[in-house]
Amino acid sequence: MELTGAQALIKSLEQEGVETVFGLPGGAILPVYDPLIDSTIRHILVRHEQGAGHMAEGYALATGRAGVAIVTSGPGATNIVTPIANAHMDSTPLVVITGQVPTGSIGSDAFQECDITGITSGITKHNFLVKSAAELPRAIAAAFHLATTGRPGPVLVDVPKDVSQSKMEWWWPSGIEDLDLPGYHPDVELDDDAVAAAIALIEVAQRPVLYVGGGTLKSRASKELLAFAERTNMPVVTTLMARGAFPDSHPQHLGMPGMHGFYTAVTAMQKSDLLISLGARFDDRVTGRLDGFAPDAKIIHVDIDRAEFNKVRRADVALHGQVAAIISALDAGLKKTSKYESWWRQLRDWQASYPLAYDEPVADGPLRPQAVVEAIAQRAEPGTIVAAGVGQHQMWAAQHWRYEEPGTWINSGGAGTMGFGVPAAIGAKVGRPDRTVWAIDGDGCFQMTAQELVTARSEGIPIKVAILNNAYLGMVRQWQEMFYDERYSEVYLSPDLPDYVKWAEAMGCVGLRATNLDEMKRVIDEANSINDVPVVIDFRTDATEKVFPMVPSGETNDAIMVHPSQRGGAS
Amino acid sequence: MSPAAEPFVGATSSTPVRHHILSVLVENKAGALSRIAGLFARRGFNIYSLAVAPAERHQRFSRVTIVVDAESAPLEQIVGQLEKLVNVVAISDLAPRNALERELLIATIQVDVNNRRALLNDIESLGASIVDVDAFGLTVMLAGTPGACDELERRLDNYDEVDIHRTGRVALPRLGPRLVD
Repeated sequence: MELTGAQALIKSLEQEGVETVFGLPGGAILPVYDPLIDSTIRHILVRHEQGAGHMAEGYALATGRAGVAIVTSGPGATNIVTPIANAHMDSTPLVVITGQVPTGSIGSDAFQECDITGITSGITKHNFLVKSAAELPRAIAAAFHLATTGRPGPVLVDVPKDVSQSKMEWWWPSGIEDLDLPGYHPDVELDDDAVAAAIALIEVAQRPVLYVGGGTLKSRASKELLAFAERTNMPVVTTLMARGAFPDSHPQHLGMPGMHGFYTAVTAMQKSDLLISLGARFDDRVTGRLDGFAPDAKIIHVDIDRAEFNKVRRADVALHGQVAAIISALDAGLKKTSKYESWWRQLRDWQASYPLAYDEPVADGPLRPQAVVEAIAQRAEPGTIVAAGVGQHQMWAAQHWRYEEPGTWINSGGAGTMGFGVPAAIGAKVGRPDRTVWAIDGDGCFQMTAQELVTARSEGIPIKVAILNNAYLGMVRQWQEMFYDERYSEVYLSPDLPDYVKWAEAMGCVGLRATNLDEMKRVIDEANSINDVPVVIDFRTDATEKVFPMVPSGETNDAIMVHPSQRGGAS
Repeated sequence: MSPAAEPFVGATSSTPVRHHILSVLVENKAGALSRIAGLFARRGFNIYSLAVAPAERHQRFSRVTIVVDAESAPLEQIVGQLEKLVNVVAISDLAPRNALERELLIATIQVDVNNRRALLNDIESLGASIVDVDAFGLTVMLAGTPGACDELERRLDNYDEVDIHRTGRVALPRLGPRLVD
């Protein structure tokens, strides 16, 4: 069967089981958009290529499958660089297809030419510049294989216009061995000696903590984790990237660690004598100042990426492989378990002394942003998916919502990409149309990518957006208040410029506003009753609210600052 | 693979601190070398020298020999990050004490016919050879250990007009005891 490169590209995506792609056409990718008309694949036309990338990420994080984006060359490609970098930091499986100028023009500074494989070589797991139509099926199959196996990540396939226009005889790789990836071996043999060494450490530990990272979700290891945690009675913390990997309602769950982590989660790690890291990477936002991090803890480091071992913190035992398989191996080999009674007494004591706290809500506004998150959560059906941007609202959404299952928390972790929330929520809703999806956003973030609500309305993707509108770039404001003598430099945004309600309405969405507790409950109920169009709520929140607990930058986690109402006691 | 760098053996003036030799087999694909160079740059790993050539009698793979500074980053990190490059097929890590290292130096020295005595002595004593000559100067070549190349370079410092090119080193593991002595 003779096909054009463009037809082969679309057929390759169909072969990979792709149901939805996010994109925006342009000159160099034009040939690829023609066969899309005849394909079963749903194309969602975004308003900015960054939106396509974040939607693909949201889709991937909600479904566990690779998200796919298609954009054109030059600025189309550079506009999706931020989502690619974001996906690279958070190990999100993504396949990004970019148009490129014809092969004969590459290197000539042609119109809309840019070296996107060069630009993205440091922020992709791998990328391809396809030189002939016959290579396309293999490149697409390899891209999906690379994106979704081992440590997942973004893969970019750059397709010159003449490649998509030329003819090829259709073929499809017969299997992984046919992908021509002699340097890629994602399957790892379990090291029995290392498993035994880990078990020996576990059997003598008095104060262990299961330090659960995003790799636990990527490895789909939640079931194994739950069984292992319950059998061993070990406390669990879930990092920002792992919210939902272990139920928040579980009594062994101490919550999120890190710079804005729960006091007990942070302190348990600090005082632990054994940290079992499950797909976590000792990020600086978790460890605080490294030389004072968990000084008495031995480290069992479980990761699919060997380069994570000893990168930040020396591992006493490094266990290379999939988290799920390694938890099962530990579970099978472990003979002696403990109840850790005195450890739990200590942990319960901390939990009682330092629960998550915020200022009492006042009846007549301004709203406490934490209370808004809790009110939405209380009125949300189980399984609701939450997507966030980056900043204070993200931390409140991570702290005050209870995540019970994988794929319900979608955020930008490593890269900290403002504007991630709205498009990621759209992508999540496309991937999980059966679920309610809330974007909990900040006013600063919302202004970066809000135009994708036009996409949501026109494509019939009814997400709900809660803007915690404090009229500031709130996290920066918090730092300026606490560490720069309240000298507020370029952080004020105004609560009503833009008018978020009118803006929402102009984009075909329902726009609502709440300035006090009564309105807050009413508009949340109203938003929950609307299921056909996107809803945007402008919650007017208190600009002076800060995220606590907080470990000040550059300090050890022992310096954790709890909410002012809890200070004065032991710490 | 041992995580710690070997204590430094075989110091030369061009590799004054601990170094390791990584022999990296890569797919001979567009951009593969730039991925390696880019990785070293963005992770802050220092390279002393880098030599590349097609490997194993066909064009599918290239051999990249990289002399890395094992103090700029732990060798385990450098190897671990290199392994993640999809085009990298195999990495062998040679501690200097286990490696047979060789390098090629060529140099053109502008020195007239009447003043070549000392230079010819140096060339002879270091095992270098003369590969080109005219009335105004000569070109010499030394294929030898990095230390020998350093020594020749040091002696050539005495001349005013010298153009020295070095290839960077290539290396193979030393043969086992069964074959030595």
